[in-house]
Amino acid sequence: MPDDSGDTPEPCLEVRNVWKVFGEKTDSVMDSDLKNASKEEILEKSGCVLALRNISFKVTPGEFFVLMGLSGSGKSTLVRCLIRLIEPTAGEILIKGEDVCRLEKKRLRRLRRTVTGMVFQQFGLFPHYTVLDNVAYGLKIRGIKKEDRYEAALKAIETVGLKGWEDSLPGALSGGMQQRVGIARSLAINPEILLMDEPFSGLDPLIRREMQDELVALQDQLQKTIIFVTHDLHEALKLGSRIAIMRNGEIIQVDAPEDVISSPADDYVQDFVQDASPAKVLRAGTIMETPVLLLYEWQGPKVAKTLLSKSDQERAFVITKDHRLKGLATHEILEALIADGAKDLRNRLIEDVPRCTPEMTVEELFPLATSSPYPIAVLDEKGKFLGDIRNRTIINSMIQDTGK
Amino acid sequence: MTEFPKIFRIPLADWIDVAMDWVLTAWGGFFDTVGDAILKFLLQLERFFLWVPWFVVVIFIGILAWRLMGRWWHGIAMAGMLVLIGTFGYWDLAMMTLALVTGAVILSLVFGIPMGIAMARSNLLESIVKPILDAMQTMPSFVYLIPALMLFGLGKVPALFSTIIYSMPPVIRLTNVGIREVSKSVVEAAEAFGANSWQILFNVQLPLAQPSIMVGINQTTMMALAMVVVASMIGARGLGMEVLLAINRIEVGRGFEAGLCIVILAIIIDRITHALASRQKK
Repeated sequence: MPDDSGDTPEPCLEVRNVWKVFGEKTDSVMDSDLKNASKEEILEKSGCVLALRNISFKVTPGEFFVLMGLSGSGKSTLVRCLIRLIEPTAGEILIKGEDVCRLEKKRLRRLRRTVTGMVFQQFGLFPHYTVLDNVAYGLKIRGIKKEDRYEAALKAIETVGLKGWEDSLPGALSGGMQQRVGIARSLAINPEILLMDEPFSGLDPLIRREMQDELVALQDQLQKTIIFVTHDLHEALKLGSRIAIMRNGEIIQVDAPEDVISSPADDYVQDFVQDASPAKVLRAGTIMETPVLLLYEWQGPKVAKTLLSKSDQERAFVITKDHRLKGLATHEILEALIADGAKDLRNRLIEDVPRCTPEMTVEELFPLATSSPYPIAVLDEKGKFLGDIRNRTIINSMIQDTGK
Repeated sequence: MTEFPKIFRIPLADWIDVAMDWVLTAWGGFFDTVGDAILKFLLQLERFFLWVPWFVVVIFIGILAWRLMGRWWHGIAMAGMLVLIGTFGYWDLAMMTLALVTGAVILSLVFGIPMGIAMARSNLLESIVKPILDAMQTMPSFVYLIPALMLFGLGKVPALFSTIIYSMPPVIRLTNVGIREVSKSVVEAAEAFGANSWQILFNVQLPLAQPSIMVGINQTTMMALAMVVVASMIGARGLGMEVLLAINRIEVGRGFEAGLCIVILAIIIDRITHALASRQKK
């Protein structure tokens, strides 16, 4: 449920019982029992649209907090309420202990200028400003001298990898590059909290993945608190340290990504999780199998040949005493070794075997599986052999998961 | 039965007459002062236009057209047309007309652009001002020529006044529309970074509305030129009065010459302001 407990450090953002009702007679909803009714009933009886219902959550410094939900779930409204781009109808929003909802205009603007930075789905770049001026805009508003703000802006531009594009207009850039400008613009003011409203949704999938990876790297480096809105579960799972799942203006689950998958709060989350392509969720460690037969490098080729024939296998992995992968042996190789008069399995093995770690997703295994005729060996970070994955295993895992 | 019942008649005409009388007696002094100020401003403008030697104007317009419209022969064509006005013997009158148009446009912009900005920020104001703008543009101009005459007397001032009424609506409308059409996401972004409403206006809304505002300025200028001719009926000297005199005396040739000069002015002003507007767009 929305309440997340535990001995977490002091939150830098806390949302307490926030409501948002759009319409003219919001009081008639908020001051009566009607507020507990369904969205449809509220609309019918008062003409008001309930966008957020009793939202509460805490975000600790440095956290990557993802708000996820389908369109209309209220996630974009919520992120806008945090800095009152949309006025919340009721509730408290504490940023560094200060209630944003009670701030007068001047203080609110100061908060927006110094504490928070925002990145938008539609980029929201100023088409008449160069990249440099766009990125420097937050500092310009603050009244910072030209040289100083350009210096900070250039740094931010370099951080997002757009060096050399300072003098271009946003219209001349691709979508991905424009969003880099958007991110640089919010980084330039060095905010403590970064609000990102579906920043990558407008980008094509390849660019999106690239940007996600870079954001992860950026977060490692800068350690900002990030509130990230998305409708894409894969994105949420990939990026978030915690995920809040929203539906119909309510938060129905706040959990770490693994917990969202393993114990969905209700059918809605369950459906959501199921929607996720298993290729992106399932990991090598989950689907790998223990091989029918493992050969050890000190075994003689004749023994190995017998074992292989008996177990009805085409080939088998050969491992060392400390369980490291030595290579792959086939009938032909073993025959050759026998002909050599070899005493063990230390030579002639196929060493060019595809390898992966248990953390890799099935999607990442596809290229490995298709590029090699051999099974994929799953090794831990110390190189210890854990199991193998065959093409058949991959296909089966996909069928099982979608068949549920 | 087919006749509209007399009992429902609203004597609006009488009311307006009474109101007009009251304005004349109570506010006469005020209108005299305003009129004097406007007249001084106009006379300065006119003096300036007449003071500049004709070849300077021709060369200036030629270079301006060449620079703005991009082709050297555009400059030659515009300069050539100006020379044509001189050859008809209407240089001074054309400059007087130009002075009046310039005055009307300056005042239209000074009042119109802020009004357009205010309208863009308030839906209530927009709903109030829009029908007034419609009235300003569709009301036959003679209807307000007369009251203008009563308030300011004969001459340039009432001419300017009625020209402004007719020419101001486009720039108001297009400023309003231009600002309203600025992408919400861009304005929101400025807001999210803590811009106040002045910063949003000057950094975002006005620059992005500029192409639209420039079109408004172009239209306002053309309307002013059209109206200045009509306004010469109440005593503003210029090309319009020449046309009027020619018509009264049935001198077809003279009327045609003066009319042609007006057309030439219109083409030059339109092409130059239009080029200015589309240059901003790029």
